[in-house]
Amino acid sequence: MFATRKLWIAAVAASVTALASSSSALAQKKYDAGATDTEIKIGNIMPYSGPASAYGVIGKTEAAYFNKINAEGGINGRKINFISYDDGYSPPKAVEQARKLVESDEVLLIFNPLGTPSNTAIEKYMNSKKVPQLFVATGATKWNEPKDFPWTMGWQPSYQAEARIYAKYLIKEKPDAKIAVLYQNDDFGKDYLKGLKDGLGAKSSMISAEEGYETSEPSIDGHIVKLKASGADVFISVTTPKFAAQAIKKLAEMNWTPLHIVSNVSASVGGVIKPAGFENAQGILSAAYAKDGADAQWDSDPGMKKFLEFLTRYYPDGNKLDGSVVYGYGAAQTMVKVLQMCGDDLTRANVMKQAASLKSFTPDTLLPGVTINTSATDFAPIKQLQMMRFKGEKWELFGDIMSSELSN
Amino acid sequence: MSAVQEVTAVPALEAVPRRAMTLGAGTSLIVLALLIAFPLFVKNFIIFQMTMLLVYGLAVLALNILTGGSGQFSLGQSAFYAVGAYTSAILMEHAGMNYALTLPVAGLVCFVFGFLFGQPALRLSGVYLALATFALATAMPQLLKLGYFEHWTGGVQGLVVTKPDAPEMVQSVLSWVHLKMSQDMWLYYFTLLITMAIYIFSVNLLRSRSGRAFMAIRDNEIAASAMGINVALYKTLAFGVSAGITGVAGGLGAIAVQFVAPDGYTITLAISLFLGMVVGGVGWLPGSIVGSAFIIFVPNIAEGISKGLSGAVFGVILFLVIFLVPHGARQVAMVAQHLLDRLKRR
Amino acid sequence: MELLTNQVLAGIATGAIYACMALAVVMIYQAIDHLNFAQGEMAMFSTFISWQLMQWGLPYWVAFLLTLAFSFAGGIAIERLLFKPLAKAPILTNVAGFIALFAIINSCAGLIWDFTIKQYPTPFGSAPFLGSQLISTHQAGMIGVTVLLLIALYVFFRYTRIGLAMRAAASVPESARLVGINTSWMIALGWGMAAAIGSIAGMLIAPVVFLEPNMMGGVLIYGFAAAVLGGLTSPFGAVIGGFLVGIIENLAGTYIPGVGNELKLPIALALIITVLVVKPAGLFGRPIVKRV
Repeated sequence: MFATRKLWIAAVAASVTALASSSSALAQKKYDAGATDTEIKIGNIMPYSGPASAYGVIGKTEAAYFNKINAEGGINGRKINFISYDDGYSPPKAVEQARKLVESDEVLLIFNPLGTPSNTAIEKYMNSKKVPQLFVATGATKWNEPKDFPWTMGWQPSYQAEARIYAKYLIKEKPDAKIAVLYQNDDFGKDYLKGLKDGLGAKSSMISAEEGYETSEPSIDGHIVKLKASGADVFISVTTPKFAAQAIKKLAEMNWTPLHIVSNVSASVGGVIKPAGFENAQGILSAAYAKDGADAQWDSDPGMKKFLEFLTRYYPDGNKLDGSVVYGYGAAQTMVKVLQMCGDDLTRANVMKQAASLKSFTPDTLLPGVTINTSATDFAPIKQLQMMRFKGEKWELFGDIMSSELSN
Repeated sequence: MSAVQEVTAVPALEAVPRRAMTLGAGTSLIVLALLIAFPLFVKNFIIFQMTMLLVYGLAVLALNILTGGSGQFSLGQSAFYAVGAYTSAILMEHAGMNYALTLPVAGLVCFVFGFLFGQPALRLSGVYLALATFALATAMPQLLKLGYFEHWTGGVQGLVVTKPDAPEMVQSVLSWVHLKMSQDMWLYYFTLLITMAIYIFSVNLLRSRSGRAFMAIRDNEIAASAMGINVALYKTLAFGVSAGITGVAGGLGAIAVQFVAPDGYTITLAISLFLGMVVGGVGWLPGSIVGSAFIIFVPNIAEGISKGLSGAVFGVILFLVIFLVPHGARQVAMVAQHLLDRLKRR
Repeated sequence: MELLTNQVLAGIATGAIYACMALAVVMIYQAIDHLNFAQGEMAMFSTFISWQLMQWGLPYWVAFLLTLAFSFAGGIAIERLLFKPLAKAPILTNVAGFIALFAIINSCAGLIWDFTIKQYPTPFGSAPFLGSQLISTHQAGMIGVTVLLLIALYVFFRYTRIGLAMRAAASVPESARLVGINTSWMIALGWGMAAAIGSIAGMLIAPVVFLEPNMMGGVLIYGFAAAVLGGLTSPFGAVIGGFLVGIIENLAGTYIPGVGNELKLPIALALIITVLVVKPAGLFGRPIVKRV
């Protein structure tokens, strides 16, 4: 009888402990809409059609990357459900898709939505609904305002930041230069131009000519003619891939050889330089924060090897020479890191908290020395770039990793 | 290429008989009842989509008046839509005007704009007019981005618009029955009210003397002018009215989306509105909503079927529609009417 | 003064692009009395086909001729399959059909060949033409081919029986039928020729603007504008129109202060509309006589 009583107490004690521990485990798991024990729903908006459809490949890369993570067991045991919609680069459509994702699909967050107009359109909505608008796919400078928009965070170095680096370089290396700028007449081009002028500061008179073009123009040759006539000896090309290639080609045809700087957006070897012709691109300058798939120097780099393996297994259609593919991989990897850091607390507030606590995180595809850092007052994950010069058939990095703060 | 055009040949645009110009009274009431009742049962997001349905329906209605009513092609409605949207946004954000008041202003501004555009358009017809309106639509985003206007328009960045809450009176009445009206629901009913008003106005316009003048011009311009109709006045009036309604639609759209930017008002919008008119049935006002539903929901359906080929799927669906019902939803309605008549006779 | 000549020359160079496209536009207009929105996409698709053939190893001229044949057949096929059933439908419905065709072709091209730009070879080389740094040998070649095409079309319409039959079928279909002309097949022939001319335009334009699915969007607008300016009934007018549009645009961008640069296209279009208001049939078009 005595033994039965002991057994009885032991059984009760055991079950109470079990209950207590399981309920405390339950108590540690916190979910907002879109997160459960088995699944995390991530929303995304990309231009799969329309004028910016070339960037749709970013969404495809990210979908493939999340497939890879799921095949490897998911994040803390949860599978990613990646829901990506097309907005055709139209802000009203982006608003519709964002609302659909948040209110109909009930995603936990929207990751890497692309395009400044689309992101500006949904920013207020996302912040009022308190849904993270994470790692937006645009370099506009305004995504780093944690006080006013605590739920919106950028990822890539901002256009103004990049432009300031070029300005710094020019002031140092060619202080008497006459600069001609060809820029796309939209938020991307205008942001850059502002960064250039801010970076040149008192010396912004170095800019002797600026020509804006519209993406509806078939060819920008007329603009180049005008810029050459201004007598400039530095040519800055704030252009998207197609027009960057046209500019490189036209400059060669005209036998005009200024110091040619091209924006990082169009520095892709496969997407721009190769079609334009390697022989025409010698000596062009640009800046980078990620490794280039076309550059053989990274062939034995462990990070790039993982990237190439990923392509072979999960995204064979992906072109390693396309900068957008490399971009998608890096952004997706950052997203996975943040979700891993969340553990079992998958509330939206915690997602933002973890996103704002990245310290020296290095995705596989960033240049050595470039790291991701965020804090409660710093919503710009990547702030560093290194300049590079095109030689032979690839980019050669030179100089130090430069930080793009305005203060210096 | 016809160097010699036979004016007595089949006119480019079909006349819609006056009887068939609207739905019967019974059907209209049923549709209206549905439109009023359903927001109580669905989520805010669907209400938002329905609001956009009404907004684009208004724009297609305006195009129906212009093309189906007075026979003038227009591929440039997106320009008037944009002007209306920006007028509302600028007045709301820079002048602090109440959102409801901005709509008549937007409508008026666009009416004048359309009327003025109609002047040079008088000398153009058919494909030339299409090109001129196409040019207007292409020019509008670039005008909106212009540096001169940046202070008001926000330039390439656009303007963010504040969404209004339901007015105090409505809120307090509803609180008696423990109901709360969300911003989306309020905006929907507000849009519905305006849509109904404009629809009734348009139907009456097309049934009036002016409407008959429009249609006379559409069917045979020379004969109309020979009969004493002031062709120039009515043609420009048609442009003005159509632009005005599109402007109101644009203003409502700006409030619903809470954002205006040049990228949202490209030639793609003008082409979509045109497609909406064709699918709904040219000149058939109730078809405007069917056309609007087509241009909002079919792209989503196409995307659901295949993300990579969403454009192709959309094109195929469009082809199917125009093969099956070349005259648009009006044809479907006519067939349905026909069947109902036969049943009644039994 | 030098800037002026430079801009005029550059305008002629880009104008050649528009002139090419305008010829295809005029061709289709001659056949069906309408502007086909999908003309540019068809040209782009043909250019991709030729690119693909070259990727598979065929030499340039073989690929060129095969593509021409394919485009001609394709144009006829599209007309027979998709637009003949719509012959009795209202015109606006046909226009909706063109738009649907545009969407389908653009989307398919994007799926098959993706949206990154591709280099496209030119048989004329890219060296400066006659030492001028503004016009390359390719652009000179483009102008040359356009002029040749123009002459060929002129001869076709003026001096061949089929050309005469096509003009008759488009102009007075009733009478043409009475004389035994199969008007339905004339329309199909018109489509085929327009598609073939479009493919030539595409293959000439691609080396300058780089090949990608969205390359023809802007070009088509300019092509329409050029065709309308020159007169939709006149291939000669289309070519002149193309050059004029290129020149006007460049000069507007250079000399109109402040807004000239940002409003190049709208200004060019506004000028065209002004011309139309004065001369409704375009510069070289035959005035339309309306029989009451």
